[in-house]
Amino acid sequence: MTQTPLLSVRDLRVEFPTRRGILKAIDGISFDLKEGEVLGVVGESGAGKSITGTAVIGLLEPPGRIAGGEVLLKGERIDNLSQQAMRKIRGKRIGMIFQDPLTSLNPLFTIGEQIIETILTHLPVSEREARDRAVALLEEVGIPAAADRLNAYPHQFSGGMRQRVVIALALCAEPELVIADEPTTALDVSVQAQIIRLLQRVCRDHGTAVMLITHDMGVIAETADRVAVMYSGRIAEIGPVRNVIKAPRHPYTVGLMGAIPSLTGDHDRLTQIPGSMPRLDSIPAGCAFNPRCSLVMDKCYRDRPDLVQAGESRAACWKVSETEEAAGR
Amino acid sequence: MLAFSIRRLLQAILVMLVVALISFTLFRFVGDPVNQMVGVETTPEQREALRERLGLNDPIMTQFGRFIVKAAQFDFGTSYQFRQPVSDLIGKRLPATLELSLVSAIFALLVGIPMGVYTGLHRDSVLSKLFLSISLIGISLPTFFIGILLIFLFSVTLQWLPSFGRGDTVAIGWWTTGLLTVSGLKALVLPSITLGLFQMTLIMRLVRSEMLEVIRTDYIKFARARGLRQRSINFRHALKNTLVPVITITGLQVGSIIAFAIITETVFQWPGMGLLFLQSVQNVDIPIMAAYLMLIAFLFVVINLIVDLLYFVVDPRLRADRAAL
Ligand SMILES: Nc1ncnc2c1ncn2[C@@H]1O[C@H](COP(=O)(O)OP(=O)(O)OP(=O)(O)O)[C@@H](O)[C@H]1O
Ligand code: SF4
Ligand SMILES: [Mg+2]
Repeated sequence: MTQTPLLSVRDLRVEFPTRRGILKAIDGISFDLKEGEVLGVVGESGAGKSITGTAVIGLLEPPGRIAGGEVLLKGERIDNLSQQAMRKIRGKRIGMIFQDPLTSLNPLFTIGEQIIETILTHLPVSEREARDRAVALLEEVGIPAAADRLNAYPHQFSGGMRQRVVIALALCAEPELVIADEPTTALDVSVQAQIIRLLQRVCRDHGTAVMLITHDMGVIAETADRVAVMYSGRIAEIGPVRNVIKAPRHPYTVGLMGAIPSLTGDHDRLTQIPGSMPRLDSIPAGCAFNPRCSLVMDKCYRDRPDLVQAGESRAACWKVSETEEAAGR
Repeated sequence: MLAFSIRRLLQAILVMLVVALISFTLFRFVGDPVNQMVGVETTPEQREALRERLGLNDPIMTQFGRFIVKAAQFDFGTSYQFRQPVSDLIGKRLPATLELSLVSAIFALLVGIPMGVYTGLHRDSVLSKLFLSISLIGISLPTFFIGILLIFLFSVTLQWLPSFGRGDTVAIGWWTTGLLTVSGLKALVLPSITLGLFQMTLIMRLVRSEMLEVIRTDYIKFARARGLRQRSINFRHALKNTLVPVITITGLQVGSIIAFAIITETVFQWPGMGLLFLQSVQNVDIPIMAAYLMLIAFLFVVINLIVDLLYFVVDPRLRADRAAL
């Protein structure tokens, strides 16, 4: 018997109705996250990584909407909850960290006020206890003289320090899952690695699962347990990090791995495959990757491939299906 | 912070000096003060004696200096038409205008801000559209027309509220207030709405557009992602961030409320400074005009100082930046 996953996304679809028709930003993706697991999510710009994260935490901005599928937290559906019920889950059970720490903190409130308000919103503690907890958290994320810094305003911190505060804020009510959407992209390169390691350490200590969205395969290789590769609103391949990196199955992932930048080396974006990802309004029929794929077959223009088991990974590709069948699996 | 305050104070003094110069020029050179004070049958000798007594033969700088010293003590001489000290005349009228302006400003804020928040948060609701249409009326109709419309509706037709005057007032020292009697309060309603309507719609539109902008910011998104209560997000986190521009505009507008009280006071025969000023213009009563000018300038300067101080209270970033200067 398998354990109920912490987060389970089943055939999720997200649409944006526009004047020129409905854009399918997320077109049927499914994945699970176990407790305490770190799932990396990679893909080119516009692949749908952020939308997936926002849909899970229920913060899609209208007119964007979940058009189908389910999101389950510990086996219970959360995608159809009321605003009020969902609000209680946000921060308390699912936290989120955004890209830009410079603008994520309210400039007119001290960081103490912001952390304490968040704690008091979710936990049944006194103001005194909330304050102590805030200090402890700030110390944990490496803010020196935390008790004094409680009364400081965001502008009095550097970018890296602010992102530490943001991490403390996202974790202050002990959520079971944190969605981190490119948490270091806006930071100075010199502090990026520090912040990622901090996030990894704090989440491990608290047993928090992480959905880590990033462009940086190097970061994924260092921190994630599993990785999902997204392409045009779908998952192209998902599996344990080592397998996906060392033995990628989907032709798109194969191309990506050819373009891996190392953590220290130059941070090329994931663009070394010829061509570019189609826009949402012109996704080809069949496999969305077919215009760029070197292994393309007739079938790829007709039918859409679903994820099939390939070793420890799963990939959505007709070629992979064929190989797997031929191998008699 | 201290350096900043001192600099602001110096600026304020400079502004007042410039206005004093304009006032003085008006006083000294628009028409001949002596002509205004004496009858036709006065002899040239008597005129010259008066001229000497008033110090009009002294060097201009001496005269200006004397003007400033006297102005600082609020001594603007005697009104030509009323033959009373200008300070007494204005002192009697000042409470009426200030109370009217204050109530108008409070009305504009208390109604404008909530309407702005509401229309910002619920862009497409029917009520929002109604508010916006009303605000369009407030902006496009001239003040006197709104006043007359209100009088017609509430005084003439419904007979709920008086159409002119301050009602009963109570004297507290030299200050007479209409805020303590029922008839005084009733008398304030229509003029305050008339005077404050434009500012109310302005503040509403300002808060609305600021709200629309603020609720799209990352820190509001992050506040939502932390599951803070909707009420706290809207009225604590978002509203506070709209306040700096609101304070700026409100400060400026309180000044214009006081200045524009002239029209409202005329429509409602409100015994304030505006009405006095209009009379003084008709009678070329220069001392009153000069004093009025100085007083309005003074109020503007004081309001601006208050606004600057409020910035510090609201926005910690300014505290740090300015303190460093
Ligand atoms: N409000 C919107 N209206 C219409 N389309 C949208 C809207 N928001 C996002 N999209 C589309 O949804 C798709 C997925 O966007 P998403 O932000 O998830 O991409 P991403 O993978 O996070 O990219 P990036 O790496 O640039 O952050 C994009 O093609 C984008 O154009
Ligand atoms: S399904 Fe076809 S086009 Fe798509 S990746 Fe596989 S081989 Fe290439
Ligand atoms: Mg994104």
